[in-house]
Amino acid sequence: MSASTDVDARSGGARALYSGNARVVVARGLLATKSTNWVVVVSGFFEPVFYLLAMGWGLGSFIGDVTLPSGTEISYAAYIAPGLLAVSAMNGAVYDSTWNVFFKMHFGKLYDAMLSTSMGPLDVALGEILYALLRGGVYAFGFLTVMQVLGLNLAWTAFLAVPAVLLVAFGFASIGMAITSYMKTFQHMDWINIVLLPMFLFSATFYPLTVYPTPIQWLIQALPLWHGTELVRGLTTGELSSASGLHVAYFVAMIAIGLTFTTKRLRALFLD
Amino acid sequence: MTTVEPMTASALQAAERPQRFGALYIAEHQLRAMRAYGWTIVVSSVGSPLVYLLGIGLGLAAFIDQPVASGPAGPVDYVWFVAPALLVAAAVGVATEEFTYVVMAGFRWRRIFWGMNASPVSPEQICSGLVLSVAARMLFTTAVYYALVVAFGAVGNPWAGLAMPFVGLLAGLAFGLPLLAYSATLTEDGGQFAVVQRFIFTPLFLFSGTFYPLDSVPVGLQWIGWISPLWHASELGRQLSYGSTPGGWPWVAHLAVLLVMAGVGWVLARRTFVRRLRG
Amino acid sequence: MSAPVIAAEGLTKTYGSLTAVAGIDFEVPPGESFGLLGPNGAGKSTTMRMVGAVSSRSAGTLRVLGLDPDTHGPAIRSQLGVVPQEDNLDTELRVRDNLIVYGRYFGIPRRTCATRADELLEFAQLADKARSKVDDLSGGMKRRLTIARALINEPRILMLDEPTTGLDPQARHVLWDRLFRLKERGTTLVLTTHYMDEAEQLCDRLVVVDHGKIMAEGSPSALIRQYSSREVVELRFGSERNAPRRRGSRERRSASRCCPTGCCSTRTTARRSSSTSPPRVCTPPRAWCGAPRSRTCSFGSRGGA
Repeated sequence: MSASTDVDARSGGARALYSGNARVVVARGLLATKSTNWVVVVSGFFEPVFYLLAMGWGLGSFIGDVTLPSGTEISYAAYIAPGLLAVSAMNGAVYDSTWNVFFKMHFGKLYDAMLSTSMGPLDVALGEILYALLRGGVYAFGFLTVMQVLGLNLAWTAFLAVPAVLLVAFGFASIGMAITSYMKTFQHMDWINIVLLPMFLFSATFYPLTVYPTPIQWLIQALPLWHGTELVRGLTTGELSSASGLHVAYFVAMIAIGLTFTTKRLRALFLD
Repeated sequence: MTTVEPMTASALQAAERPQRFGALYIAEHQLRAMRAYGWTIVVSSVGSPLVYLLGIGLGLAAFIDQPVASGPAGPVDYVWFVAPALLVAAAVGVATEEFTYVVMAGFRWRRIFWGMNASPVSPEQICSGLVLSVAARMLFTTAVYYALVVAFGAVGNPWAGLAMPFVGLLAGLAFGLPLLAYSATLTEDGGQFAVVQRFIFTPLFLFSGTFYPLDSVPVGLQWIGWISPLWHASELGRQLSYGSTPGGWPWVAHLAVLLVMAGVGWVLARRTFVRRLRG
Repeated sequence: MSAPVIAAEGLTKTYGSLTAVAGIDFEVPPGESFGLLGPNGAGKSTTMRMVGAVSSRSAGTLRVLGLDPDTHGPAIRSQLGVVPQEDNLDTELRVRDNLIVYGRYFGIPRRTCATRADELLEFAQLADKARSKVDDLSGGMKRRLTIARALINEPRILMLDEPTTGLDPQARHVLWDRLFRLKERGTTLVLTTHYMDEAEQLCDRLVVVDHGKIMAEGSPSALIRQYSSREVVELRFGSERNAPRRRGSRERRSASRCCPTGCCSTRTTARRSSSTSPPRVCTPPRAWCGAPRSRTCSFGSRGGA
């Protein structure tokens, strides 16, 4: 008896938010995907492929090889491919956890319907994130296959890029959702794009950080996308180091902070 | 001719101003509505050229070993080459935003086009007014872009380059008006705009000689550039900036393609508005 | 005698093989309040769209203010105020700006728009909401704002398509009160409605439309006298549990319901018949006329006035 009340006392807060039923939300997402325009779903896969072809092959012929910090020289296409993979993980996760959630929250009223059942806000949040990851995982696998065909996977560790991409996406999604809970209008949502654009261009996606002055390098290294591109690039090129562990730790921390925040916000929005 | 009733006469008189200036009234409304997100327009109009010129024009350019493009006087700076294309892409980006979701909102979500339709303003004027307001936003974006291009020294002839914002505007309309004609036919958002963004805008942006000359694209893909308003406008902008590339198309040809695309889109868009609002 | 502001003869609208309006005739003299009553899909809204010069007719003649809508759309629309079925206010603008921007479509100078907007907000009892966002208004307030917007050009004819559908009873009464004042000022009103009580409140004369044709025409009270008794018994056939078992007891909740739409002809409704429990009696319709706030008709199980 006392043990169970003890448990209740400790997790009472979380229990009010979570009923352990996030998979229902994932199932709904899959069902909704099935009935939407499949071209839209497929298009998410093609965007990074277009970038890879246009920039990697096209521009690559003018750039030649890129030297990694270790001194190894790799082709430009092999350099940007992992960057594009990390960027598409970021874009997908951010889109799903911000625009998509925002729209459902304010216009679709989908969450109101979900929350009138036994599900709690955390079920919904986790379910949405998991569904986004599932889709992101499929895209990542597809993109890695393209890389393999084009000979851009330089080491056997490349297959680990799939879990790495999921980790990156999870990190962005959990923070994205926390931020979305503060958003009130579409105008607020526009600011998200304004923040993403510089991160996309500067985070060692298209060229190494070495061109920047040291303070700018530090700034970029504090931002999540740089850790994402470096982590994935380490795996596809086989240039792993202790820094890779640091990148993983960065995202683990990001997920922890993001989820804590999201839970807190969901409680404020739906239960208070 | 019988005597005209006073009520008839005053109706005819009251319609005179709206028949003449209706499009301007609609544009006024749209611009007023844009004020709601005015700050994001200003910040992204300034921020995005800054970021692109820094990132591509300076950052990426540092890694390019061999000259990408040349003008009449030999090879040119990479940033000279990309700047006109980036400016044009910014205008086209405005078009993909304003001629998609805004149109869907007008017909379906907020239904404000139907409110306008009940006034003396005609469907053609509603279409024109919308286009005018978006053109104003595009011109603002391209003018700010050009100011930053000049500040970065990314233009060969800054005086001739003054026409570049208008080239950007024309590209935005050449891409945007056909898109408007399409958007106005949609009654439901089934993700079509995302498809337009990913399968039309992105490939056009990437394969239209934006980052490297179109003739280094495999021959089988060069047609993407030929049908792309981005390529024609970028080439026009480059000719203004540093003169024509040897062996390139004459500027009149580029201009003609852009005008035809915008013109056809304009006619189709107005027709769609009439059909939709006058069932 | 002054010429009618609207005159329709054999007015017809077809969409492909579907006939929405099948040749209707009516005239509206200036200052009259004219109603189109009928179920969904009867052709009311299509008629309104043709009169509003936003939809061309397929056959027949139509003159609005002496002009043909097909050739003089802008001139006609400059004299109309239109309140559509679904609100189409601009939610990105504030309440007062909605009125000003709309006035501009008519070519009215900005300053005049602003003065009129303030007067109309007063009239619509929204003066304290002038700076609010449209989304923060209640359904009834949005409707009143839409009506205020329709008045910005001081229209000769105000057209209202189902003005109170979806509003709660109290909001309806507030709205009726405002429209009644307009009527008293001499504005010509043309409105469509599903509800006989609304038609009684607002219309001098009405036509009952169904399947694109006019079924009846006259003043509301005349129509009720001619086609219906004051009370209607509604019969419902269902499970045993729902059937009225204890005849004459106080529990008659399912068997009878007061139906103020005197001339409604829905299939489930039968005329007064002695075979079931006696119908509840409502306040007689006549007592409601002209007194918008006083009418009551309780729908509770106890019944009875």
